[in-house]
Amino acid sequence: MDQRFGLDKRIILPGDFPLAGGGVLPELTVAYETYGRLNANASNAILICHALTLDQYVASTHPRTGKPGWWTRLVGPGKPVDPEHWFVICANVLGGCMGSSGPTSIDPRDGQPYAMRFPVITIGDMVAAQTRLLDHLGIAQLHAVIGGSMGGMQALTWAVNHPARVQKVVAIATAARHSAQNIAFHEVGRQAIMADPKWQGGLYAPDAPPADGLAVARMAAHITYLSEAGLTEKFGRRLQNRDAVSFGFDADFQVESYLRHQGLSFVERFDANSYLYITRAMDYFDLAEPFGGNLARAFAGSPCRFALVSFTSDWLYPTAESRRIVRALNAAGAPVSFVELESPFGHDAFLLDAPEMNRVVHGFLAA
Amino acid sequence: MTPIPLRPDLAAVAAAVPEGARVLDIGCGNGQLLAWLRDTKGVEGRGIELDAADVASAVGRGLAVVQGDADTDLADYPDAAFDVVILSNTLQAMQRPAAVLAELVRIGRSAIVSFPNFGHWRVRLSLTLGGRMPVTRSLPVSWHETPNIHFCTIADFEALAAEMGLTVERATGLSAGRPVSLWSNLLADTGVFVLRR
Repeated sequence: MDQRFGLDKRIILPGDFPLAGGGVLPELTVAYETYGRLNANASNAILICHALTLDQYVASTHPRTGKPGWWTRLVGPGKPVDPEHWFVICANVLGGCMGSSGPTSIDPRDGQPYAMRFPVITIGDMVAAQTRLLDHLGIAQLHAVIGGSMGGMQALTWAVNHPARVQKVVAIATAARHSAQNIAFHEVGRQAIMADPKWQGGLYAPDAPPADGLAVARMAAHITYLSEAGLTEKFGRRLQNRDAVSFGFDADFQVESYLRHQGLSFVERFDANSYLYITRAMDYFDLAEPFGGNLARAFAGSPCRFALVSFTSDWLYPTAESRRIVRALNAAGAPVSFVELESPFGHDAFLLDAPEMNRVVHGFLAA
Repeated sequence: MTPIPLRPDLAAVAAAVPEGARVLDIGCGNGQLLAWLRDTKGVEGRGIELDAADVASAVGRGLAVVQGDADTDLADYPDAAFDVVILSNTLQAMQRPAAVLAELVRIGRSAIVSFPNFGHWRVRLSLTLGGRMPVTRSLPVSWHETPNIHFCTIADFEALAAEMGLTVERATGLSAGRPVSLWSNLLADTGVFVLRR
């Protein structure tokens, strides 16, 4: 078997990996999954970029939760991103907790976990780490990079920072910058983690994490992934296993029980410090900022083709943010497709059944 | 692969598009015209379309199509970004047709505009004798359901173009898809104009 695609799919690249914030990692580890076969001239590679709390298991069983891949509706046999045809790569982001360099990694300089000594990273740093992985895999240019939410931010960053290394960019349910509201929700999550006494400045033991704080962070964030109409339809004011309210603070309502479950199950698969670092990277994200706030200039001269999809009920990264990107791409003269799809499911719509999204991605990749 | 033949009014529009042109089709529907132009004339096409399902179909055909509204979204395109901008059977549905026309000739070196002719004899007959708003082959929806809010005749359009100082490079009247040589404002159900600034 090709060493590059062995069972332990992670690369460890010794040597300094410089970061946008001025920090340096003494070595870089990138954990990844691949599907399909790279063709002889390495021209059929598609990189999938994952969202905040997802990971490289885009179309394979998660080793910790046993759940199927998170985007099997889009990636897999007979799907728009079919490994029969494409060589599909998905890497855990820099700062993540599923094998790539992040705050849970060991600092080779002293053998201790980085914890909060890990340098603050950016979306651009995440993408730079992915370019190192492609170098290792022998892929000079991607046929496409595809991402939703934070994955979409990475996909757009590919086009701006590494335009020669990608032909097509698919950015779904995303934005070219974090809004004040986006930052505000993330700050609630971070404060919940840091207010948990078990956080201890980030120096918690692996078996004693700030689970309560992280669970609250997840609960707050999870609300932003849904919609009011979706919550009403799913839960309404229905009570959880009872006929009347308890006049106490149990989870009387189904929606409370659901959120608590989301919080609890999240802490079993995610690291609190990683959550701090990745949310920070998203908050710092503003593609136009290095270009004097002019997003069209960020895309000027880009040879890439773009496809953007937004969803009507997504209030986390609303359609207006996608339109802003489309306007900038039009002004930059870049070929762009864009569609806003009807869905009641809020931001999470991109992870659910979306036949029209599949049609768009399939057609865009084939063109 | 033989391309599917175009609807006659689209064929008249397509005939006015030069080989290899950069084309923006506003109100491109499911991309039929753009795909035809790409496959037979080698044009580099882009589209704008309001309807999400149509956009998905067009992108599924490999076209670069943006869901958007000609009334609001043309301002983002640079001057002379395209060789040809097409507005087929859409002008009458615009909020501000004159402003849209001005944008067409700004972002395109030339603009091809087709529209249903409200001066057609069937329309005149319907109003004159029937006293009712016309429901005809090219205007099939009744007045309260139609998206068409700004009807004009071929003569009206010529007057607007003159008022805006636009050059009419070509004006064709179509009746059931065939060119009309005389009295087009009376006999043509569709007007097809090629304009530039």
